[in-house]
Amino acid sequence: MLTPEDRKLLKIIAKDCRLTPEELSLQTGLSAEYIKKRIKDWEKEKIIAGYQPVINWERTGEEKVSALIEVRVLPQRGYGFDKIAKRLQKFPEIKSLMLMSGGYDLALLIEGKTMQDVALFVAEKLAPLEHIQSTATHFVLRRYKQDGVELLGEEETLQRLVISP
Amino acid sequence: MNRYLASHVANMPPSGIRKFFDLVATMKDVISLGVGEPDFVTPWTVRESGIFSLEQGQTMYTSNAGLYELREELAHHLNITMGLSYDPLKEILITTGASEAVDLVMRAVIEPGNIVLVPDPSYVSYGPCATLAGASVRYVPTHADENFRLRVKDLAQAYSPEVKLLVLSYPNNPTGAIMQREDLLPIAEFVKEHDLLVLADDIYSDLTYEGTHTSFASLPEMHDRTLFVSGFSKSYAMTGWRIGYVAGHPDLISGMTKIHQYTMLCAPITGQIAALEALRSASEAKDEMVAAYDRRRRLMVHGFRSMGLDCFEPLGAFYVFPDISKTKLSSEAFAEELLNEEKVAVVPGTAFGPSGEGFIRCSYAYSLEQLEEALQRIGRFVERRFSL
Repeated sequence: MLTPEDRKLLKIIAKDCRLTPEELSLQTGLSAEYIKKRIKDWEKEKIIAGYQPVINWERTGEEKVSALIEVRVLPQRGYGFDKIAKRLQKFPEIKSLMLMSGGYDLALLIEGKTMQDVALFVAEKLAPLEHIQSTATHFVLRRYKQDGVELLGEEETLQRLVISP
Repeated sequence: MNRYLASHVANMPPSGIRKFFDLVATMKDVISLGVGEPDFVTPWTVRESGIFSLEQGQTMYTSNAGLYELREELAHHLNITMGLSYDPLKEILITTGASEAVDLVMRAVIEPGNIVLVPDPSYVSYGPCATLAGASVRYVPTHADENFRLRVKDLAQAYSPEVKLLVLSYPNNPTGAIMQREDLLPIAEFVKEHDLLVLADDIYSDLTYEGTHTSFASLPEMHDRTLFVSGFSKSYAMTGWRIGYVAGHPDLISGMTKIHQYTMLCAPITGQIAALEALRSASEAKDEMVAAYDRRRRLMVHGFRSMGLDCFEPLGAFYVFPDISKTKLSSEAFAEELLNEEKVAVVPGTAFGPSGEGFIRCSYAYSLEQLEEALQRIGRFVERRFSL
């Protein structure tokens, strides 16, 4: 269980992982030593599983295509969803992989350079895999929000008085 | 046309903030720490409910006292958060911002000749509202070495039999001071002994960073003596919606409702609907904002102390109130020179009362980046000009 201090710390890091232990210490009142140790622990325990910026590739003009793929799986005795997932997660093309409730089993987020890339991956790598019963590919047309960050439109600007009581 | 102006209005000094505002407005690239409102936009779910209500055509007056649903939800909220119990039908009045509530309290209970006690320093409008209602105002000093908490010894010194009302505003603007239960209990004794009423302005109650906020109205026998004033502006970043409220004894609320119905009629309906949504679903968003203020607060206190200035640790609201008396400058001179030399706007402590001399109010309702830049500039100014 997280202590309230740890929860606070983790929430801050979740929003901005660039802050140094010294900066975090200033803001939380926890010692920088403690923070360093805590972060190390969390990295070891894979509670902090990685550090990545949120990049809006659309704005760079780079060619990039992504697709959400619904996968139906035929799990067999001794070979459940986790085993299939373990294998799938190795593919670098798969950016996210989730087990779902409802009409299908696995949801995959795939990225490639072109539609062709994605189609090829599905046809040649994914669909032929043992245990995979069917796939349905939905291409992403536009990204509006990613990992909690709004990608569309202008930032809301505050129009406050410069001095107020 | 000045001769037409009522003399009590003509004689009223303009807000100490105004002068500074005019000065800052003429300058470019100023970093202002002078703002007394959140830097967050109202949480989306709250804004969305306001928008939806407009789409549905909810554009009419509400009852004078405000939407019953809002009063009911509010009564429940005050009960679970502060242990207060108010009847939504007779003991709560929704107002156009807490500012209207302050004005209503003064007008409903003050008669010429009464005296109102106001802690010093504190928010700028209590004195003028009391004066407009016909009272004289007596400022009760609070001191940095007592963490700016109001003490009975100072109250006793200011007391005379004409005193009818005491204002309490904690967490305090501009000092950031809070009053804990053990600080409030002797005040309650004093209030009982002298048969006073209390205007408790709890607008910053949610912004309490250590311990939990105790409302004066929740103390034994203080429910009926207290007019509990608060609003949605600070907690939910809803300053522009103008929704506040006052809760208290039904006789007093009914008196205030009379004034309210002839002057304001009702608080804006869109704001009331949004406020209801805030109570129902924005507590997480509120907690996040409070956590962000808390982080900035620590940064600010550390920043000022590293410059060699004394800085009392504020435990509420979103202001720090560093002591600049070591520089031998008056608050106003310090603020003016800082503005001219480093383009940082702060508010001189004296804008909030004579006890604010020697202090400046710095709001931390700004992003961390802005605060860091402002601290750097102030640090540069202090180092260049004074050897502390």
